[in-house]
Amino acid sequence: MPTPTEHGRSDPETTTLARSRDGRPVSDRGDTVCVIGAGASGLTAVKNLAEHGFGVDCYERETGIGGAWNWRHDRSPVYASTHLISSRPFTQFPDFPMPDHWPDYPHHSQLLSYFERYADHFDLRRHVWFGTEVVRVEPASEERWDVTTRSTGGYGPERTSRYAAVMIANGHNWSPKLPRYEGLEQFRGEVMHASSYKDPAQLRGKRVLVVGAGNTGCDIAVEAAQQASRCWHSTRRGYWYAPKYVFGRPADQVNDTLLALRVPLRVRQWLYHRTLRLTVGDLTRFGLPKPDHRVYETHPIANSQLVYYVGHGAIAPVPDVGRFHPHSVELADGRQIDPDVVVFATGYLPRFEFLDAKILGDDDGVGRPRLWLNAFVPDHPTLAVAGLVQPDSGLFPLSHWQAVLFARLLRSRTTAPQRAGAFAARVRSGAGERYAGQVKDSTRHWFEVGHADYLRALERALRELEGQ
Amino acid sequence: MSERVQVMRGWEWARPVRPVRREVLSVTPQLEEGRPPLLFVPGFGHGAWAYAENWLGHTAARGFSAHAVSLRGHGGSDPAPEATLRAYAHDVVQVAAGLPSRAVLVGHGAGALVVAHALARYPARAAVLVAPVLGGWATFGAALRRNPFGTLPAVFGGGLRLSRRQLFSRELPDADARRHTARLGRAARRAQWQLLTGADPEPAVGSPPVLVLGSPDDRVVPASALTRAARRYGSAPLLFPGMGHDLMLDARWREPIDAILDWLVKNPGRGG
Repeated sequence: MPTPTEHGRSDPETTTLARSRDGRPVSDRGDTVCVIGAGASGLTAVKNLAEHGFGVDCYERETGIGGAWNWRHDRSPVYASTHLISSRPFTQFPDFPMPDHWPDYPHHSQLLSYFERYADHFDLRRHVWFGTEVVRVEPASEERWDVTTRSTGGYGPERTSRYAAVMIANGHNWSPKLPRYEGLEQFRGEVMHASSYKDPAQLRGKRVLVVGAGNTGCDIAVEAAQQASRCWHSTRRGYWYAPKYVFGRPADQVNDTLLALRVPLRVRQWLYHRTLRLTVGDLTRFGLPKPDHRVYETHPIANSQLVYYVGHGAIAPVPDVGRFHPHSVELADGRQIDPDVVVFATGYLPRFEFLDAKILGDDDGVGRPRLWLNAFVPDHPTLAVAGLVQPDSGLFPLSHWQAVLFARLLRSRTTAPQRAGAFAARVRSGAGERYAGQVKDSTRHWFEVGHADYLRALERALRELEGQ
Repeated sequence: MSERVQVMRGWEWARPVRPVRREVLSVTPQLEEGRPPLLFVPGFGHGAWAYAENWLGHTAARGFSAHAVSLRGHGGSDPAPEATLRAYAHDVVQVAAGLPSRAVLVGHGAGALVVAHALARYPARAAVLVAPVLGGWATFGAALRRNPFGTLPAVFGGGLRLSRRQLFSRELPDADARRHTARLGRAARRAQWQLLTGADPEPAVGSPPVLVLGSPDDRVVPASALTRAARRYGSAPLLFPGMGHDLMLDARWREPIDAILDWLVKNPGRGG
């Protein structure tokens, strides 16, 4: 059992000074674990590491908690109307439920207040260094890590602390992914990425083209349908637009009833197609392309309103964008449309600019780490990533269990080294494993997991580590 | 008790417990001293009133904020004739998670079983099981021997009737005893059944310290059951001879609550 250092807050300057590889002074934080980011995944990492007896220092570049879900943060992608896509039981931390009188799909401001209460309830803020960004994370001797930080924005001196382990929770929905199109630079209309879309007032009275059929793209298309004078919605392929409610219950709860019954994937897909055909109907009638894949093979879209507004003629479904002209957009089928505003809801890519890409197994530098359980790094047993998953359900329970597993792994390195060794071998052999059925190959699905498959794999790993 | 970590709870996600309006009685100390809040969970038939009588005020007077919840269908909470043990544990976790900091859960009687289930879903700072009825057929046997006419109807879906002499010692004035027994309600039929046939609680999360206490003269929970319950959590029970099952209402209610608070002061709980 490692001895916890007293409450993360003790001044790093007072501990013994070591030297980094290139001779800079390093304050040694002993057995303390470093967590990068105080968003949802970072908070649960802090909470679970502290609960397992570790001292924790958490660095957060913003001045508040909540990461992406705190709309005050400049990197937050939420817009005024953001509501959860997965219902409460799949979204809350497993050991800290949301109030049961909240709606099935809470608003983002409720989610932030939930994280605030989580942080207060477990007294997490005393571990967090706010307004501090991580500049570099470098391996030091004995599988320890040198973490260099400075004030957000680059003010003040850098300082380096040495930690027994690092859990990265910097999020993967803040660095916009913008597709390249011929002629986009010459386009005279307004172009924005969904990350800078905040409020429907931005669309009011305008002619809007929304590109992308993720959950964000569909939300924005629906808002444009209500506010803009015209709305085109451009998608690469046909999708399955699942309603948020089926049979009067949140759709994911109905789906998990089937999962709990262990109904095989093919049968579930058949039932799902059948239900959609009966409730949503045949979408090709509206001019939407027919899906070229089965349901569960792309990230699920939960939006009851999109089809409704297509039916009202308020959303015109169009194919992929071909190229841009100064005053118009040419679609893949040769049609020309003339939007004032183009919103790219084309997603985000993960970024670990403070870490050598090779450490996470991203040898080609494309930004796709090679990990086991999307969290554990081959040959670096004291490094893990939290929340780098795109589940077909809520993310936070997955982050919670990743943090629990990492805490128990760190503990077992002293209490049961042979099991920690077996775990390391498992990480090496299993790196890159997928936890979903077949999915479409696209950056959007790099981290796609089926929540049940993933949590079962994680449960097995936990039990193996505990020798059960 | 199984020690396997439970990650998958597909049924619980697919079928969330229905929300109800819950009665929570609270007494907070005049001076906030940074001590953990206590959440008292009454046993079957009892409501938050059982703690409001003596323990809440005393706990607050010693500097801890004290809260008592009435499980659904009990006391001032909404009626819930179809409630299960899971719904009761849900009530406890909901109230605990709504408190400003990590709570100590105190369960009495079958409320201790509810607390044991809640511990698998909420990392309490510590837990106290007072005269715990942890279920199983042995509990049923003991109850049947001591109070056949009160227990038998419960088997057929009736209410479990507890007599004055089971709940209180002879030291408690008859008028008080009668007043308390008149307030007793009943637990839901399904929850009563689950007391006998339900699954064992899953392991507690966050490894909280657990204290078991009771009375060797309790006519609901035999001393052997107390020892068994304490052994489950790796300790020995703290005994208060001469008291009935309802330690928080009996004449000498002060001794057990002081013992609990002393234990909490000495044992602040680890982590977070």
